[in-house]
Amino acid sequence: MGNVGAKETPVLLTADGIRIDGRRKDELRPLRIQAGALQHADGSAYVEWGQNKVMAAVYGPREVHPRHLQQNHKAVIQCRYNMAAFSVDERKRPGLDRRSQEISKVIGEAFDSVVFAEEFPRTSIDVYIEVLQANAGTRCAGLVAASVALADAGIPMVDLLPAVAVGKVGGEVVLDLKKEEDNFGEADLPMALVPQSGRLVLLQMEGHMTEEELGRALDLGVQGCRAIYETMKAALRDRYALTPLAEEVR
Amino acid sequence: MSGEVAAEIRTTHILDLASEGKRLDGRGPDDYRPTTIEPGFVITADGSALVRLGATTVLAGIKLEPGKPFPDTPNAGVLTTNAELTPLSSPMFEPGPPQPGAIEVSRVVDRAIRAAETIDLARLCVTPAEKSWVCYVDLHVLDHGGNLIDAALLAGVAALAHATVPAKRFAVAEADYPLAVEHYPIECTFVRLGDAIVVDPTIDEEAAAQGRLTIATDETGRVVAMQKGLVGAFSPDDVKTTVRRAFQHGDRLRQQIRGAAP
Repeated sequence: MGNVGAKETPVLLTADGIRIDGRRKDELRPLRIQAGALQHADGSAYVEWGQNKVMAAVYGPREVHPRHLQQNHKAVIQCRYNMAAFSVDERKRPGLDRRSQEISKVIGEAFDSVVFAEEFPRTSIDVYIEVLQANAGTRCAGLVAASVALADAGIPMVDLLPAVAVGKVGGEVVLDLKKEEDNFGEADLPMALVPQSGRLVLLQMEGHMTEEELGRALDLGVQGCRAIYETMKAALRDRYALTPLAEEVR
Repeated sequence: MSGEVAAEIRTTHILDLASEGKRLDGRGPDDYRPTTIEPGFVITADGSALVRLGATTVLAGIKLEPGKPFPDTPNAGVLTTNAELTPLSSPMFEPGPPQPGAIEVSRVVDRAIRAAETIDLARLCVTPAEKSWVCYVDLHVLDHGGNLIDAALLAGVAALAHATVPAKRFAVAEADYPLAVEHYPIECTFVRLGDAIVVDPTIDEEAAAQGRLTIATDETGRVVAMQKGLVGAFSPDDVKTTVRRAFQHGDRLRQQIRGAAP
């Protein structure tokens, strides 16, 4: 997509269904999550997912800035997704471009769908996502990091929000696109799942898919999200596990 | 504060009606508002269309200018989509830089136009890496009665379908020629109201909505773009049945676009 006139298309999928980085069609890239990665934030998390590196921090509930955004019956959830200038091959102009603003909006709305915001009227819960190194799927990596950071900050939520992008590559539906697959593939479909309810709170899509392929993509994405959910929970358990000494004292 | 209370009462009423399969304006859950498409509304544009969707009015204008291809796509022309939610369209909008809502409208519309390959960008290239046409799709929301995304894409595609490449004016060719439209993407937007998922929301229904879902289809049976917006959630099964409905509305609106007289 968006590569009209690009020079060469790499081989994205072999005849035996092996992908450019050796993965199977339903295989995720390696995912590592560290809950509580920063000292000063109320909650934080660092995610390495394939070649993505994303840091997320949560502040709040705290006073609302700017003040006029304050709501009397609930907390406002303000999300800022930003890419570092050096996070992509060609230097990105610093600051929020239109893409970042759209992503900030849909991620903020996803969290607003699961946070018990009415428990904190007249406050703001600020979610900051910094993409340090990008290799496709940064909005999902950012969402996963921010979700763990919200939990780390002790914000009450319906559930964690695992997220992943499904796509179509070489005519096949595949899980968790990496850069080449995103650039030269036929479709990209990021989603975020509420595991408790089985519902999607973030869903976007660009490319071409038939109705049947789309159905399979949704099912594959849900399956991927459930696997990511386990890694997220494990990261939080690690963070709050008792140290060997504390274990002994107990 | 009284405004907030009134909005709360209206929201409750809309949700109560939806649970009985009814809507505030008397429509059923799958009724789209009457739509009119008026191509050629602005003669100073290279292509234009005024779309009315119930109480929503969007004007799209196309301008083509010679420019330079992007370095990473040397053989393709450039397509730029921009939406402006003008302050005259709603008491909620103020002058100033585009707000996230306007950015979302333009990006979701742009995504559908691009992914459907509505216009063949390779044909907008004049000299590879040096000269190409830049096609601007400017969407002006004049009256905001809800469901801006659908109305904006309808206006954009209708305007593209009736656009002329001003080749003579810019001395690129001997004569102007029509801009060829290859595909007809249509976006169809739904909102969740309780357990009901209704098509083509009004502005009051959007305020009451527990999630919004937009699905773009084309005439070849492809889904080309999707966007979930607002606070709320959809199950994968909700998405699948909604895609089915989006194709039905899309096919009807496509006929209307293609039948609209220039």
